[in-house]
Amino acid sequence: MRRALASLALGVFASGVLVAGVLVAGSAQAQQDARRSGYDDMSPATQAMQRDDTQNPAMLFVADGEALWKRPAGSDAKTCASCHGDARMGMRGVAARYPAFDASLARPVTLGERLNLCRTRQQRAEAWRAESPELLALEAYVALQSRGQAITPPNDDRLAPFRARGEQRYRQRIGQLDLACAQCHDDHAGKRLGGSTIPQGHPTGYPIYRLEWQGLGSLQRRLRGCYTGVRAEAPAFGAIGLVELELYLASRAAGMPVESPAVRP
Amino acid sequence: MARALITVPQDAKRGDVVEIRVLVAHPMETGYRVGSDGKRVPRDILRRFACRLDGEVVFAAELFPAVSANPYLAFPLRVERSGTLSFTWEGDGGFAQTETAALNVA
Repeated sequence: MRRALASLALGVFASGVLVAGVLVAGSAQAQQDARRSGYDDMSPATQAMQRDDTQNPAMLFVADGEALWKRPAGSDAKTCASCHGDARMGMRGVAARYPAFDASLARPVTLGERLNLCRTRQQRAEAWRAESPELLALEAYVALQSRGQAITPPNDDRLAPFRARGEQRYRQRIGQLDLACAQCHDDHAGKRLGGSTIPQGHPTGYPIYRLEWQGLGSLQRRLRGCYTGVRAEAPAFGAIGLVELELYLASRAAGMPVESPAVRP
Repeated sequence: MARALITVPQDAKRGDVVEIRVLVAHPMETGYRVGSDGKRVPRDILRRFACRLDGEVVFAAELFPAVSANPYLAFPLRVERSGTLSFTWEGDGGFAQTETAALNVA
């Protein structure tokens, strides 16, 4: 009996050491990078949905996007492929760099805006409206080509003032609830709001297939959702304020892998 | 933009049980929601799915308003011979879509 107790105590001691060892290793890793993609906090079923392209409904849009890439548009009847060739080569890593600076507009543009600029300038076609199925499909197809690559915001000095304003917006309390982005997504990330885990808000997988939307949507749609959530007036799609916010979020998520097109609850 | 994604394993052997996966683009509007004009959005759902191997039904399912948009179905199938699989979705408003895929059994 005494021997049994001793071995039990030893067992507890040993497992205690083991637990401590794991904890130390875990915290060392956490110090390296405490950032979590929204993917990490999803249920296993939703994670599987994103991981498996045969289950991911966003792949329906990707198939459309691939068709749009090869379809002539505008008065010059040019396709995306006429200039950029095979998207799997030409578009590799492109989505990981956006938003990027556009010299002629003298402001940063998102990936969706870039696609529309290409349409109006190069193809001489009409721009797609924000959140239209065509724009989202092509965006998803282009973003897919960067899947697995690290988010790498461009090292461009012209972006700095916009990024700084984006960060200011991120920390600015707004709306009737008087909340800033940072209060939920920095200070209380990982805790729960109602039934949902508050994510850290890294834009790793846009455009996303959101189960709540039952469809594909852009980062700006998500941001506008948060504006409405804190009872603030949401800026219009394409407003510079949203682009600045996207720019800051991209620098905040720099180095995290692109998951596009991701699934979110 | 009616589309579907169909996954049929290509390395099946005679007698194997394989998993067939189909994902179809459809809004699956329940008929219970109210639009911004205050009027009820009419129901628009898929009612029936069937998978046929050379014309013979090998799997069928009925769908209801609780099924999410872009329904995904996966089902096992014991394969005894090669053939053509056809997949048919039928729904409200005369919706009908048929896709085919080759089934190759070694």
